[in-house]
Amino acid sequence: MAVDHVEWLRREGRIVVVGASLAGLRAAETLRAEGFAGELTLIGDEPHEPYDRPPLSKSVLLGKASPLHTELPHRWEIDAKWRLGVAASGLDLTAKRVRLADGDEVEYDRLLIATGVRARPWAKEEEARLEGVFLLRTREDAAGLVHRLKAGPRRVFVIGAGFAGSEVASACREMGIPVTLAERAGAPLVGALGGVVGAVAADLATENGVDLRTHVTVTALEGDAAGRVRAVHLSDESVVEADVVVVSLGSLRNTEWLAGSGLGAGPRGIACDAGCRAFDFRGIVTDDVFVAGDVARSPHALFGYQFLSLEHWGNAVAQAETAAHNMISHGADRRPHLWMPAFWSSMFGVNIKSVGVPPMGEQLVITQGSLAERRFVGVYGCQGRVVAAVTFDNTRWLEFYQRQIEQGAPFPVEYPTMDRRPEGRQPVDAQFPDPSLPTHGPMVTLSGYSPADQQLVFHPARH
Amino acid sequence: MTEASLVRRITDFANRADPYPLYEELRKTPVLHEEEGGPYVLSSYYDIKALLHDPRISSDAANVAAAGGDPLNQAEESGGLPPSFLRLDPPEHDRLRRIANSGFGPPHRPRRVDGMRGDMATTVSRLIDGFGDARQIDLVDQFAYPFPVTVICQLLGVPREDEPKFRAWVDPLVAGLDPDTRQGADDEFVKTLQETRMQLGMYLAGLAEQRTKEPRDDLLSDLMHSEGPDGSMTMMEVLSTAVLLLIAGHETTVNLITNGMLTLLRHPEVLQRLREDPRLSVNIVEELLRYEPPVQIVPQRTCIADIEVRGVTIPKGSRIWLMIAAGNRDPERFKDPQRFDPDRGDIQHLGFGSGIHSCFGAPLARLETQLALSELARRLENPRLVEDPPPYRPNAVLRGPRHLGIAFDGLR
Repeated sequence: MAVDHVEWLRREGRIVVVGASLAGLRAAETLRAEGFAGELTLIGDEPHEPYDRPPLSKSVLLGKASPLHTELPHRWEIDAKWRLGVAASGLDLTAKRVRLADGDEVEYDRLLIATGVRARPWAKEEEARLEGVFLLRTREDAAGLVHRLKAGPRRVFVIGAGFAGSEVASACREMGIPVTLAERAGAPLVGALGGVVGAVAADLATENGVDLRTHVTVTALEGDAAGRVRAVHLSDESVVEADVVVVSLGSLRNTEWLAGSGLGAGPRGIACDAGCRAFDFRGIVTDDVFVAGDVARSPHALFGYQFLSLEHWGNAVAQAETAAHNMISHGADRRPHLWMPAFWSSMFGVNIKSVGVPPMGEQLVITQGSLAERRFVGVYGCQGRVVAAVTFDNTRWLEFYQRQIEQGAPFPVEYPTMDRRPEGRQPVDAQFPDPSLPTHGPMVTLSGYSPADQQLVFHPARH
Repeated sequence: MTEASLVRRITDFANRADPYPLYEELRKTPVLHEEEGGPYVLSSYYDIKALLHDPRISSDAANVAAAGGDPLNQAEESGGLPPSFLRLDPPEHDRLRRIANSGFGPPHRPRRVDGMRGDMATTVSRLIDGFGDARQIDLVDQFAYPFPVTVICQLLGVPREDEPKFRAWVDPLVAGLDPDTRQGADDEFVKTLQETRMQLGMYLAGLAEQRTKEPRDDLLSDLMHSEGPDGSMTMMEVLSTAVLLLIAGHETTVNLITNGMLTLLRHPEVLQRLREDPRLSVNIVEELLRYEPPVQIVPQRTCIADIEVRGVTIPKGSRIWLMIAAGNRDPERFKDPQRFDPDRGDIQHLGFGSGIHSCFGAPLARLETQLALSELARRLENPRLVEDPPPYRPNAVLRGPRHLGIAFDGLR
C-alpha cells in the first residue's frame, strides 16, 4: 500500500515547495532529477527567481558584482509552477493546503518547507524607518546599501559584529569609508567562534581601520529633521555621528505563518527528524511535510543527536537534496541528513572557514600556525572529542580535521603537526559566551536532548 | 620469494608502457610495506586524498634525507640554491608560495594565465606549421617539448630574442633530471651540466636584477616587487622558484600533451569529436589527468608522527609513496575506472595532487594542453600512431613517451 502511494506520488502527485531560495530551488531540481513527474509548485515571498545571498555582503558591496545579478544557476530543468512575490500565510495539515497572502490556496500531496530566515529588524520601528538605516538580507537591501556606499557616506555604523556585520565593515574599509562596528560581546564573531578566535578578528578589524566598540549596545538611532539618520547613541553614553547604519543582529526564522497549524514550529525553527520530516507540536513526526535549509532544526548523529539549526549555505543545499530524495522514496531508501556543518567567510583579506560545530567546543587548541600571524588552524574539543575546526587562511588542511570529527577523534590533539607553535601545545578555554545571554546569534544553535555517554562511530557515505 | 617485489616491478623500465595492471595489483594491499626501510606505498584514492591533507605528512627535503633519501626522488637540481617551496613545509612553504602566487593568479593577478592565451595559440600554430610537408613527425621533439619552454619564457618574462639562448641551457638541464641520463653520466657531462646551471642562474639573476630597476608585466618582476606582509623573495629564493617553475612545469606538460595525443589516437572516436568541437578539450584534459597523470607517484613525503591507515600503523619517520596513478583508477572512487571517458561527470582526479602542494601551475598546464590537443586534432589529417606502444622515458615518476611517432596525410 505504502509502496503504491510513493509510486503514485512520483508519477502524478502534487508537491509544493514553500520558499524559493537556495534550498527550495535545489530541492525542486533534485525532485525532477530523481524522476518526480507530477505537479511541482514553488512559492516565494520575494518577487525574484532564486538568487545567491553570500555575495551580497562581499563582492556586491565592493561593486564587483551587481546586486541584481546573483541568480542561482539552474542545474536541472524543473518545469514548475512559480508563485513568486506572494508569501505563504497559513497551513492546513488536515486538508493539505497552503494558504497564500493573496487569499489563494494551493493543495499538496507532499509539502517541503524551506522558508528560511529574515534579518532581525531594529526593534524600534520609528528609528528603523529613518533614511540611511539598512538591513542586509535581500537583493533590495544590498542594492540600497551599495547605492549609499558609492555615494561616499561620512561614516557607516554597523550594529552587530557577527559574520555579516564584520563583512560589511570589511567592505567599507576596502572602499576607504570610515566605519564603526559595535558589538555587545567582547569581540567580533564570538558567538560563532568563541573569544580566543574573536580576539584575532578584533585585531584584524582594528588594524584595518575599523572603529571597533565592544561591550556596548546601541540605545538609540537619532534622525535629523528630514528623517535621515545622523547619529548612533551607545550604552556607554557615547554618540557616534553616522549617515548610514547597518543593522546586523542575526536573523529570525520565518515560521510565523505556521502558527496554529499544529506543526512543531517556533522561533527556533521547525523541528524535524534526521530524514527531514517535520514534527508536529506533540513531537510526532508527520508523513507528508518535510523541512530543509535555515528554517530546519534536525538531530545530528555526530553531535550527540542534538538538534542543529544551521544557517549555512552548504547545509541548505545538502538538506534540500536529502529532503527531496526522501519525499519521493520508500522508507528503506531514505537517507539521513548527516551533512558536516561547514561555513566560510572572508573579511579584511582573510579567508575564514570552519567545519563541525565550534560553539559546542569547550576548549581550543591551535594545531598549526599562529594566532598572532592570523594564519592558523584551531581545533575545538568537547568532552574529550574533536567537534570542530576553524582556519584563517589555512583552508587546505580542513579536510583532515573534518575526518577527525567524523571519527570522533580524541581531544586534545596530542600528535605533532606541521608548523605547531609553542602556543599550540596546550588547549585553552575557547571562551564562548554564556549561551543564555542574547547575542547577535551564532550560526549554529544547540538545543534538545543530549545523550552524553553515547559512543559514536560515523562512516560517511562515499558518493 | 623469488619474484621481484611489486614496487621493483613498478619502477622496472620493462613495465613502463603499461604499469596499470601492476597498480591494480597494488590496490589489493592499499598500504604496502614490502621491505624493512622501504617506503610505505599507498594506492587507494581515499587514503591518498586523506594523506595529502594530513598535517603529519611532511614534504621537507631534510626529513626525506633523514629517512634515508629516496631513489625515486626527482632531484630538483638546484646546486647551491635553497630548496624551493615544493620541498618545504609550512610556514616557509606558505610564505614562498604566497609570494609566487601573487605574481601568477588571483587575487593579485587574476588575468595572468588567461592573458597568455593568445601567445600560446600563436606558438601552437607556429609549431604545427613547422611540420611543413612532412607526413610523419615525432610529437615529443617537434611539439610537446618546445612548447612549454616558450610558455615559461613568456611567463617569467624572458625576452623573445633570448629564447634560443635560454632553451640551450634548459634542454641539457631537463635531460639531466632523468635518473637514467644521470646514472650513465661521465665527468664531462656533469661538468657541462654544472656550467650550464651556472650560466642559466647568472642569466636569470641578471634578468631579475633588471626587473628590480625596471618592472614589467611578468612574473619575475612580481617576484622581485612583491609587497605586503610577506615582503619579497631574496634573489636566491627567486632563482630557486624560477628553476622550480621551469623544471616542474616542463616535463609534466610534455608528458600531459604526449600522453594526451597517445590516448586520443587510441580512442579515435574521441579524437574525432574533439576535431569537431574544441570545447571538448576541457573534459578531455581532466579525464587525461585521471587516466594518464603526468606525475604518477609522489615519493617525497615522510610522516612526522605515527599514523594509522586502514589499520596499519606507519611509524614516525617512514617514507611514504602516494601512488597518484593507482588512486586515479580506484574502483572504490570511480565507476568503470579503466575506461577513458571524457563524458564522466564525476572527475575529481588526483592528477594535480591536493592540499597545500597541489600543482602550482595547474591553470597554465590545463590551458596549454587544451590548446595543444584541440589544435592538433583540428589540423592533422587522418593522424595515426607509428608504433604502439611508443618508446618510453626511463622515469617511473614523471612517466611519458620519449618519442611519439605520428603519421598523417596532411595539414589543415
